[in-house]
Amino acid sequence: MGILSALKKKLRFLYKIFLRKDKLKIGIYGPPNAGKTTLANRILRDWIGEIIGTPSEIPHETRRVKLREGVKIQVDGKSITIDVVDTPGIAAKVDFHDFLKYGLSEEEAKRRAKEATEGVIEAIKWLDDLDGILLVMDATEDPFTQVNVTIVGNIEARKLPLIIVANKIDLPTASPARIKSAFPQHQVVPISALKGINLDSLYKAMAEKFG
Amino acid sequence: MGVQVNLISKEKLNKMGSMEKIRMILDNVKEGKIVVLESGLTPEEEAKLIEFTMLEIDHEKFVGIELESYPQREKSLISKILGKKHGRLTIIGPANRLKTIEKQEDLIKALIT
Ligand SMILES: Nc1nc2c(ncn2[C@@H]2O[C@H](COP(=O)(O)OP(=O)(O)OP(=O)(O)O)[C@@H](O)[C@H]2O)c(=O)[nH]1
Ligand SMILES: [Mg+2]
Repeated sequence: MGILSALKKKLRFLYKIFLRKDKLKIGIYGPPNAGKTTLANRILRDWIGEIIGTPSEIPHETRRVKLREGVKIQVDGKSITIDVVDTPGIAAKVDFHDFLKYGLSEEEAKRRAKEATEGVIEAIKWLDDLDGILLVMDATEDPFTQVNVTIVGNIEARKLPLIIVANKIDLPTASPARIKSAFPQHQVVPISALKGINLDSLYKAMAEKFG
Repeated sequence: MGVQVNLISKEKLNKMGSMEKIRMILDNVKEGKIVVLESGLTPEEEAKLIEFTMLEIDHEKFVGIELESYPQREKSLISKILGKKHGRLTIIGPANRLKTIEKQEDLIKALIT
């Protein structure tokens, strides 16, 4: 009896490990407005025909972490099943005045700012629960910001597999090369999440890096 | 009116715990001061500092911090063996007073107003 239940326990434990290994939680990180939700939607639309959230030109649109489990990605005979985690943009300052120019009332702007600060904390906390990271940067902007440096440092400290996504390459001023030179030790994949450019390369990189 | 700048030595920072450093930084910055750390913070401490900053933003006087440091150097074999982590020169100030003008791998230009 004792042996049998011990055996059962062990099997369940092994099963759990197997499941855990099979299910990879991949976090989509980056500063506000980089295109994280647009990318999450693109991945989900491509593989399960759904979306996860609403993108917006107003920063801090995503203020709660969102999770979609069991997204199966298949490339070149290789397949990985991931849980997609879309996170709020990380920033060291949140000033409600910045939202007023988008036509929000002062009350709305203050509420958005408060929720945004909570979202930043949630995004940082989630770093401990993940198996891999897609770090999204807007390739038209200077990549060498403190938020990017801090996020990369934390991913390195946790030894999580990382792909840097150089997004918005459909725009004329985009420079994925600038991102590569700022973070030469990491893989950089240029894409346009909005226009769906070069997503194949990203899926391939994900299957290799996270699989 | 002038702006106070506190330059904290490596020796002093080495004697402080993570939370002690974060508290010291936020207390100073919320009073409008600029803090320069000779040996900086670890990435984990930087993340913690951002978390506490978010908790303390009041949407009136304090809207957050401007933080600039250099990325960590590739670790030397000795520091790898010793497992010691060192941050690098770091400047932190209130977001409404300290503005980064330009940041490169080996040069940070900032403006204090
Ligand atoms: N031109 C272009 N615009 C993009 C691309 N990806 C996203 N955008 C736009 O960038 C803006 C921000 O996109 P989001 O997906 O909301 O960005 P986010 O990183 O989720 O932002 P937060 O949730 O606020 O942190 C929106 O106006 C998008 O339409 C892209 O590949 N090209
Ligand atoms: Mg978003």
